[in-house]
Amino acid sequence: MNSMIDPTLHIWHWQIPLYLFLGGMAAGILCFAALYYLRGREKEYLTAVRVAPFLAPILLVIGLLALFADLRHRMYFWQLYANIRMQSPMSWGAWTLMVITPVSFIWSALHIRDIFPEWNWRYKWLFNLEVFFNRHKTALAWIMLIFGLILGIYTGILLSAFNARPLWNTSILGPLFLASGLSAGAATIIFLSKDPAERKQFAKIDLAIIGIELFLIIHMFMGYLASSQVQIEAARMFLGGEYTASFWIFVVILGLIIPALLEILELRKYHIPAVVSPLLVIFGSFMLRFIIVYAGQMSRYLY
Amino acid sequence: MRYAMAADTLKCVGCSDCVVACQAENKVPIGYCRDWIVEVTDGTYPVLEMEIRSERCNHCVNAPCVRCCPTGASRYIEGGIVVVVPDKCIGCGACIASCPYDARYPHPAGYVDKCTFCAHRIKKGMDPACVAVCPTKCLYFGDLHDPNSDVSQVLRKRKHKTLVPEAGTDPQLYFLI
Repeated sequence: MNSMIDPTLHIWHWQIPLYLFLGGMAAGILCFAALYYLRGREKEYLTAVRVAPFLAPILLVIGLLALFADLRHRMYFWQLYANIRMQSPMSWGAWTLMVITPVSFIWSALHIRDIFPEWNWRYKWLFNLEVFFNRHKTALAWIMLIFGLILGIYTGILLSAFNARPLWNTSILGPLFLASGLSAGAATIIFLSKDPAERKQFAKIDLAIIGIELFLIIHMFMGYLASSQVQIEAARMFLGGEYTASFWIFVVILGLIIPALLEILELRKYHIPAVVSPLLVIFGSFMLRFIIVYAGQMSRYLY
Repeated sequence: MRYAMAADTLKCVGCSDCVVACQAENKVPIGYCRDWIVEVTDGTYPVLEMEIRSERCNHCVNAPCVRCCPTGASRYIEGGIVVVVPDKCIGCGACIASCPYDARYPHPAGYVDKCTFCAHRIKKGMDPACVAVCPTKCLYFGDLHDPNSDVSQVLRKRKHKTLVPEAGTDPQLYFLI
C-alpha cells in the first residue's frame, strides 16, 4: 500500500488468509465426499463420504464470518448478491459460496443419523425435504464436486488477478491453492478415519498431491525468476529475503516434505503416530495462505 | 471525451498545495489524502537531479480496480473518470490491492475513497481543485479528444512519460519531463 496516503500498509489482515485456508480445506473435503459417492464407494470410504463432510459447513461458516469481519462497509455486503461481475473473481467466489454452503449443510443433514442415530427432524416438511434430497443425491453430489473445485481454485485465481502485486500475479496460484486445499481435505479424512484401508488410500492420494504441490512451487519460482524485474524481486522475498525462513521451513519442509516422508514410511508398514502427518499437512496449508497473502501485499511495482 | 492530467515535474516545487486543496475541497478525513507528492533524487553529490511529482489516481483506461470490484462500485463515468459509488462499496479492499499506483485508501466511514478528478467541479466547467490552486501552474487538465484543451496542447509540445505503463493499465496521468 501507499505510505503517502494510507496509515496502514496492509489492506488484508488475518481474516483473508484464514478464509482462504478454511475454504480450501472445505473444498477438499466436499470434493472427496462427492467423488467417492459418485463412484459408488460410499461403503468403503465411509469417513470421506459421510463423516468428514460434517466439518465442511462449520469451516465455511467460520470462513464466511472471517470474510464479513474483513469488510469495512459491512452493512452493504448484500451488494455482492445484487451484482454478477464476470471479470471479478471475488464476485463469482461470492456466488460459489452461495451455492456450496447450503449444499454442504444439506449433505451433512442427509448423514446426520451417522452421528446422532436417534435424530428426529420433528417437522414433517423437514422429513419431506430429506426424502427429496435423498432422491436427488447424485445431482447434489455433482453440484458439490463442481462447485467444490471452483471454490478450491478461485481463491488462488482471486489473488492472481491482481497484477499490481507481482508475487500474486502468476497463474500457478490457482492450481497451487486447489492442490493445497485438496491435500488438507485428504489429511482431514486420514485424521478422522478409523479404517486402515481408507487411511491408506487417502495417504496415497495425499502423497500424490504433495508431489504436485512441490512441482507447482518450483515451477512458480522458475516463472518468477524468468519474468520481469518486479517478479524477480517478489521471488527474492523467498530466496534470501524476509519470508525465506518462514516459507521454506513451515510450508515446504514441515508442511510438505516431512509429512510426505512420514506417509511413505507408514505405507511401508513402519509404525508412525497417525495424527502427525495430517496435522502437519493442515498446518502447512494454513501457513501457505498466510505467507502468500502477507508477502504479496509487500510486493509491488517500484517507480 | 477523455479526461487526463499532466504534471510538470520541472516546474513543481513540491509545496503540497495540491494535497491541501484536495483535502479541503473533498473533505478528506484527517490523516488521509487523495493526492501526494513524490520526490526522487538521482545522481551523486554534487551532481544531483531531483524529480518532483504530484501523484494521484491515474484514471486508467484499463483500470484493474474496476475489473476486480465484485459489486461494480468502482466504475468509469463520463470522460473515463474512475470513481467509487459509496453505497455500492462493501469495503472488501480488492481495488486497493489491485492498484499498481496505490491511489486508494479505506475511508473511515467504511467505503473506499480516491481522486475523482473533482468530477463535481468539472461538471460546472471548473478545473479540479489541485489544478486550480497550484501556485506554479504546473498541473494541466482537460479533454484529450479536444486538441485545444490545456492538457492536449502541453502534451503536444513537451516530452512526457506515464508511471509503470508495463502494468498494462494505460494510465491517464502524464508527467512532463
